[in-house]
Amino acid sequence: MSHSHTDQEAHNAEAMAEIKKVTIILSVFTIIELMLGFWMMSMTSVALKLAIKGTIVILMMAKAFYIVAYFMHLKHEVKNLIMTIIVPLLLFVWFISAFLWDGSSFRNLRNDYDPHFKEQATIKVEQKEEAHGASKQEAAETKHESLAPTKETSKPEPTPYY
Amino acid sequence: MSTTTTASPNEAKLWGGGKSPFNSEYGKVMMWYFLMSDAFTFGAFLISYGTVRFSTNGWPNSNEVFRSFPFAPDGVHAPLVFVSIMTFILIISSVTMVLAVHAGKNMDKSGVVRNMILTIIGGLAFLSCQAWEWNHLHSEGAWWGMNPFLNADGTASTTNFTNFFFTITGFHGFHVFSGVVINIIMLIMTLLNKFEQRGHYLMIEKAGLYWHFVDLVWVFVFTIFYLL
Repeated sequence: MSHSHTDQEAHNAEAMAEIKKVTIILSVFTIIELMLGFWMMSMTSVALKLAIKGTIVILMMAKAFYIVAYFMHLKHEVKNLIMTIIVPLLLFVWFISAFLWDGSSFRNLRNDYDPHFKEQATIKVEQKEEAHGASKQEAAETKHESLAPTKETSKPEPTPYY
Repeated sequence: MSTTTTASPNEAKLWGGGKSPFNSEYGKVMMWYFLMSDAFTFGAFLISYGTVRFSTNGWPNSNEVFRSFPFAPDGVHAPLVFVSIMTFILIISSVTMVLAVHAGKNMDKSGVVRNMILTIIGGLAFLSCQAWEWNHLHSEGAWWGMNPFLNADGTASTTNFTNFFFTITGFHGFHVFSGVVINIIMLIMTLLNKFEQRGHYLMIEKAGLYWHFVDLVWVFVFTIFYLL
């Protein structure tokens, strides 16, 4: 009787140690993500930014693994149950790669064949102030003209979408 | 013992009836499958966000959009600070939920009650933060169909940014809200000794699975909207 009692206690201590460990891991990963995020703000190099974004995605996946495996206890389930959940989720690999690929291909197509779409990405909008919206709007529009003098003048000014 | 002539005798025995092949309760297995389908719903939202973002030339800088903090004077810009507090609130409430499940396995009623109350407080705190953030963004002119923010390069942005933000964080917030409601029901049932009478706290485990899933989704939403 006392033997099973100590067994239970040992099991409890083990479970609590695991909870503590996973909590620390999740917090540390989140703090690293935030530090990378702060670091990225003042960064200009596109390649370095992309590398950091990749690191953040890896940390995100690691956090997801720890939550599912330990907090949701999936790691301690029967293997067949794990497989019925994990294998369908592999569809996401295809979803993500196919749809993101499609998105960027659509952007390239529009930049090649839709002059209006491409032009929109070159016209800077004057940062507007709350107080005097109307006059600023006019100023912004004149700035458009001066920025793009070679554009055909008969074309109406593209209105921002807000 | 002697009739092991079939190809896989163990499997035949495992699924032959009288045993629990997944060694898990029915409701728990079904909760897993529900969460799997919910993961596909959230995945569809987030992937469509990614697709639209990849098909657009410019995109607002999240550090300029989400830079406000409650009670901070105007002009104080604190990007990422408020959302990291929200993230930690959800992580901590996830930990208290694990502790509640753990206490339930030991038939420790007072431990379940204490940790469920902490989890509910965490959920309400998260919802309050989100309500403040939505309210603040709305006061800046952001809503479905309205986007006051410019792209990071200063060009005009589309309403896709705000539409996706409010739809996805709203859907997640709705999940948090239903999680809090479920947790309150579990707390009441615990206080009424329902689980003591049943002899197990499996319902707490199922509510816990749902709550952890909410935390899991936030890991993705937080990273994708605020960091990337």
